[in-house]
Amino acid sequence: MRYLPLTESDRREMLGVIGAKSVDELFRDVPASARLPAKIGGLPDHQGELEVERAFQALAAKNLSPSEVPFFIGAGAYRHHVPSTVDYMIQRGEFLTSYTPYQPEITQGTLQYLFEFQTQVTLLTGMEVANASMYDGSTGAAEAVLMANRVTRRHKALISGGLHPHYRGVIQTTARWEGFKAVVSRPDIEGLEDLIANIDKETSCVVVQNPSFFGHVRDFSKLADACHAAGALLIVVVTEVVSLGLIKPPGEMGADIVVCEGQSIGNGLGFGGPYVGLFATREKYMRQMPGRLVGETVDADGKRGFVLTLSTREQHIRREKATSNICTNAGLCALAFTVHLTLLGEAGFKRLAELNHAKASELADRVTSVPGVQLVNESFFNEFTVRLPKPAGPVVEALAAKRILGGVPVSRLVPGDPAAANLLLLAATETATEHGMAPLVAGLKEVL
Amino acid sequence: MVQSLDRSQGRAGSPAGSASAASGTFTGNRALQIEEPLIFEMGQPGRCGVDLPEPSKVKDRLNGLRRKGEIGLPGLSEPQVVQHYTRLSQKNYAIDMGVYPLGSCTMKHNPRINEKVARLTGIGDLHPLQPVSTVQGALELIDTLAHWLKTLTGMPAVAMSPAAGAHGEMCGMMAIAAALDAKGERAKRRIVLAPESAHGTNPATAAALGFTVKPIPANERGRVDLAALKAALGPEVAAIMLTNPNTCGLFESEIVEISKAVHEAGAYFYCDGANFNAIVGRVRPGDLGVDCMHINLHKTFSTPHGGGGPGAGPVVLSAALAPYAPYPWIVKQGDVFAVKEDGAKVDGAPVGRLKAFYGQMGMFTRALAYMMSHGADGLKQAAEDAVLSANYIMASLKDTMTPGFEGPCMHEALFDDGFLKDTGVSTLDFAKAMIDEGYHPMTMYFPLVVHGAMLIEPTESQAKEDLDLFIAAMRSLAERARSGGAVEDFKAAPRFAPRRRLDETLAARKPVLRWRPSNNPPEGDPMQQAAE
Repeated sequence: MRYLPLTESDRREMLGVIGAKSVDELFRDVPASARLPAKIGGLPDHQGELEVERAFQALAAKNLSPSEVPFFIGAGAYRHHVPSTVDYMIQRGEFLTSYTPYQPEITQGTLQYLFEFQTQVTLLTGMEVANASMYDGSTGAAEAVLMANRVTRRHKALISGGLHPHYRGVIQTTARWEGFKAVVSRPDIEGLEDLIANIDKETSCVVVQNPSFFGHVRDFSKLADACHAAGALLIVVVTEVVSLGLIKPPGEMGADIVVCEGQSIGNGLGFGGPYVGLFATREKYMRQMPGRLVGETVDADGKRGFVLTLSTREQHIRREKATSNICTNAGLCALAFTVHLTLLGEAGFKRLAELNHAKASELADRVTSVPGVQLVNESFFNEFTVRLPKPAGPVVEALAAKRILGGVPVSRLVPGDPAAANLLLLAATETATEHGMAPLVAGLKEVL
Repeated sequence: MVQSLDRSQGRAGSPAGSASAASGTFTGNRALQIEEPLIFEMGQPGRCGVDLPEPSKVKDRLNGLRRKGEIGLPGLSEPQVVQHYTRLSQKNYAIDMGVYPLGSCTMKHNPRINEKVARLTGIGDLHPLQPVSTVQGALELIDTLAHWLKTLTGMPAVAMSPAAGAHGEMCGMMAIAAALDAKGERAKRRIVLAPESAHGTNPATAAALGFTVKPIPANERGRVDLAALKAALGPEVAAIMLTNPNTCGLFESEIVEISKAVHEAGAYFYCDGANFNAIVGRVRPGDLGVDCMHINLHKTFSTPHGGGGPGAGPVVLSAALAPYAPYPWIVKQGDVFAVKEDGAKVDGAPVGRLKAFYGQMGMFTRALAYMMSHGADGLKQAAEDAVLSANYIMASLKDTMTPGFEGPCMHEALFDDGFLKDTGVSTLDFAKAMIDEGYHPMTMYFPLVVHGAMLIEPTESQAKEDLDLFIAAMRSLAERARSGGAVEDFKAAPRFAPRRRLDETLAARKPVLRWRPSNNPPEGDPMQQAAE
């Protein structure tokens, strides 16, 4: 067995030192009734690498790969080109097989890139401080609401109808079991929702998304002012972080907490995870943040170094009084994010955003040339909603049968709402090509 | 704001600075240890590490919200990026470099076939919202992993979506709260019992869900005090959260009595599965009366720890709790996998949704590759080797260091700081001296039930020769500490690492959580105002 270095003679020798006759003796504290008499049944024995790889290839062959067909799906996870350098770097064993940097003297590599990551996140979002990442955008959004509740000592969150339905679901689950009120607005298909009138003295926060789930780009400055006048916080969620290369950042709109799904930078689609949540806020709320934080300091020789800091917020110190039960973050996905963003730099990041917007504009023009397809959005970044003359679910299935991954039917995420039945969400990133758009348009013409 | 910090370190700063004085070289470097500036100190406008085509000119549809001004991201070329992160990587200790005996973290070998299969076209590039008909292989992969997890634990159901162990705890405790709700008992059962030795996440999770946490003392054998537990049980107790094997590295020998007492009192048994690696293939938690247990795929099943994540924390559930598993549910209908998403009709009452999409698919792929590589026979052997290695360390060090408790341990060996009594050397000093010997220190000061704890978990991945050298190094350090002449050396350790001991008090007192262009923020800087 290739992963196990101990030989039979090693084992005998070690048992001799221990003074045990067999390894069974080491398990003597296990109650007899719970000891398995033999190997567990129903599972195969060990296999070589070749056999294992073949098994996964067989599974892969049962899927339709986005890399091989026209592809226009977004809705919170976006297909971007990730430079080869990124995947090479994150597979260096010193990064890949290290743990949380509890011993800073021998984990400066992890600590420094997390410090750089935190800085990048503040720059993108226009905020003052950021943490070392969350599991993903959706869990980050729920943590943001909990944080707003702590800051305001209030327990009612207003949830925009423009928020990704999965994010809304995670917040509602958290609300149900952790005991606060989540007031959810109906799906904001047209991008015209105004939540200002709903804010009251019990409101801890308003949660909006930009661009919204339906793709609308909105200015939340007035909403921020209204929140602040009422003593509430504004939480802005961004599920497509590339948009921050082109769109006014939430920090400039007056957001108090910004949560992004960072997958688009450095991280592949991976069937939904692992991804990386970005979490940024104002300095005055720093000590109410969840998750790990890296800070700068000096060592005994006066050299600059980095450490995990403000851990008195955290579960391993505070236990039941912690700001969150979170232990790990998304370290390696944060590394992928920061390496990719470092490759992009100011010029590359902005151009990437321009490219995405240009491709989506082109796609919008093309699909709305199909009879019966109407663009819902006046504004968008790289994703928009179209209204079809018939239900979108079967249309997407029919396109898939033609090996075209043609968007997400809104009804999959907003089930049972007649207003959503005919809506289709389409995204185009820098990876979209004319070779892909033409079959989509042709496919839609055939199916509709 | 933080003028006391000298930022002129490394290559971007002055070579004549204090760094070079300390290392005695012009550059401040020490051979392979290369001082590395921050990316923000290296960038130049006009440099870029990617080549992207010119976007076609379109009328923008951004609602007048085009971003203005500089973002502030530095520009680096590709070779600079490769060098930067390579140099940073060389400042890290890692499993790939040697013994990483961080107790309770199970730092075992991370096989590279796992990485390869996770990146296969048709697995790594799938979108979570593709039509279900186009991802049947992905759903089969998740279902297969679920089968392994259920079989190895002897539990009938598993919730796959939790993103990490702590997230799994949240999931399991929500399921318990839901089950209590269904019985109309949630309002009266407000107490969760947790042993003093519990991971910090246990009380944090219970408290987040509104429960009151009541600690249960350990007995003199390092196990839950059964009498104290029985006395604490009652109609107001919702659950016990118990790690088994526990954080002292010991199997809870009265576990069957514990679960029986918990169930008789109408409460549920949450098992923290962080230490499952010790018992895979030898004990099924389902046979111990567990109601739910999270499994850290990044511990027991070898997915990489990645510098602190991403993890994955699927939760196995008993028949009583299975109906409350969160969305999405993957259901096999004939030969076809279907996905039941939020609001769908299922045979149960899901607690809701815990995370967008399906969970940590990349970790599922890696964990399944590990399980298939080891097989049922290899997983059992791995658990036995992990326990054997820990006991070998315990037996080899018990006369030099002071074991926390008597008797055989499971996968980790717990010592207290008794052997350092009156030496002037603390657990922390001892740990830092291990760094100079080329080891990552063990877990220190946890669990809280012994003084100055040192928790050593070798895992099954180390050759006997490497264990022998580690043991010899530990004996040597212990003897030096007791010799009395080396206190200053211990206090000064580490001396050979990329950094000496870092000032954590300064970091917390004057937090600097991001780089800024200057030590002195310009007047009117909101950061400075906020800090004042």
